[in-house]
Amino acid sequence: MLEEVLATARFNPKIDPVLSIWDWRIAVYLFLGGITAGIMCFSAWAVLANKEQQAPFTYWRLSLWGPILLSLGMTTLFLDLEHKLYVFRFYTTFRPDSPMSCGAWILIFVYPAAIALILATLRQGYPLFASWVERIPMGGWLLGPLMDWAERYRRAIAAWNIPFGIALGIYTGILLSGFMARPFWNNAILGPLFLVSGLSTAAALVVVAAREPRERHLFTRIDVGLILTELAIVALLLLSLATGARMQQEALATLFGGDYTIAFWLWFVTLGLVLPLSLEARELSGRRVPYALLAPVLVLAGGYILRRVMLDIGLEVNWTQLATQFDPALLQRLHP
Amino acid sequence: MTRYAMVVDTRLCIGCGDCVIACKTENKVPDGLNRDWVMEATHGRYPHLGTEFRSERCNHCAHATCVQSCPTGASHYWGETNIVQVAPELCTGCKACIAACPYNARLIRPEGYIDKCTFCVHRVEQGLEPACVSTCPTRCMHFGVLDDANSEVSRLLASRDSYCLLPETGNEPQVYYLR
Repeated sequence: MLEEVLATARFNPKIDPVLSIWDWRIAVYLFLGGITAGIMCFSAWAVLANKEQQAPFTYWRLSLWGPILLSLGMTTLFLDLEHKLYVFRFYTTFRPDSPMSCGAWILIFVYPAAIALILATLRQGYPLFASWVERIPMGGWLLGPLMDWAERYRRAIAAWNIPFGIALGIYTGILLSGFMARPFWNNAILGPLFLVSGLSTAAALVVVAAREPRERHLFTRIDVGLILTELAIVALLLLSLATGARMQQEALATLFGGDYTIAFWLWFVTLGLVLPLSLEARELSGRRVPYALLAPVLVLAGGYILRRVMLDIGLEVNWTQLATQFDPALLQRLHP
Repeated sequence: MTRYAMVVDTRLCIGCGDCVIACKTENKVPDGLNRDWVMEATHGRYPHLGTEFRSERCNHCAHATCVQSCPTGASHYWGETNIVQVAPELCTGCKACIAACPYNARLIRPEGYIDKCTFCVHRVEQGLEPACVSTCPTRCMHFGVLDDANSEVSRLLASRDSYCLLPETGNEPQVYYLR
């Protein structure tokens, strides 16, 4: 028997009694980063594969949402920083050993590539907005020629969006998996899992937003493939944890009878993956599906729940568990 | 890299907590926060139980994952040593270093930057011992250069059985406990 308890007081906020340094703000950032990665990949793929007729929304309009959603995610990331005024320090150095530093610099390349693809499709995708932009004094002078340039090199720009989109999607997973001190995260599968989840949520976004039934059908098919891939990667993740070190097995136990059993199996796997998969498969087989938007909305919700559950479990399973001798429940006995 | 180490004799430590008070006083650690703490470990099987106290803090790892994970270089080694420091003017408060520390030895200052035990480097520069070591009433704590075979810490580790916390992480922690 070995029992270790704190003999002196220690209650450092967000560290004790359970690590809680990252909350919904980081989960939202990871979710929106993933969906942006998917948006970049799909809008670029539509251009490269000449899907103008088959997927007009993806070809002309989808790219606009990438930087908007990414910027929202960056905002929640900024809100999470404890020393906000020093945020510029991310860009005064580059540290290849640090996944977070690599991620900060990947964004430097992601934004121009994503914005260039918007410029290449804005006139056809959002004609009213594009003409308004061209009419404003600075917009007409600067953005008009830029849009001309981007339209001329649309395919080349699209080709650049694919590697940056994939890098962004994988990075959202590697950000967590790079921490050796967190046994649940320290797994190379997290990168591909978050990438596939990001692609799946982006496909679901297209199904929600596209008007053409043919395009919705195409992306429903794509999403079914992605959800099946995601389920296979989740199975590999569980297998990897089950065959890992003791700490990883303890991390896995939180999903099998532990605190996160319901969140993982019911909210993420069942409602976020299996139910939308069965609804989409039913739709593809030609049978009528009630509430057609239910499946993609569930996929989007599942994408967020995946990040939130992964984040919370990873923080809770530690190498160090500091139990305290001080039990606040005992204080209640002093007050009859 | 010159390795500085702290050695705590668990046979002498009585868990009085003076090291914790000395640290808070010396480093003006804000209310409610702690850079060091004392653990009471009981082992064995009743009625054959043994208890030891351990004064714990940042382990100033020679292979510190917190330094590696810091995106801005705020977490860094002091000179060519293993003493890990945080530069507040470089810290964004992203908390990557907290996630990277297997010992949960870091804390968030009210000002927003991340803080931790510094081995009282401002005293070490002047040839003094860290405040916790110099305050200890039972003289159970020792500090010095591990690479110097004649230093007190080297001699103690050579003469007594010792252990460090979570060596399996590969971080090469430099706080040792004498059995």
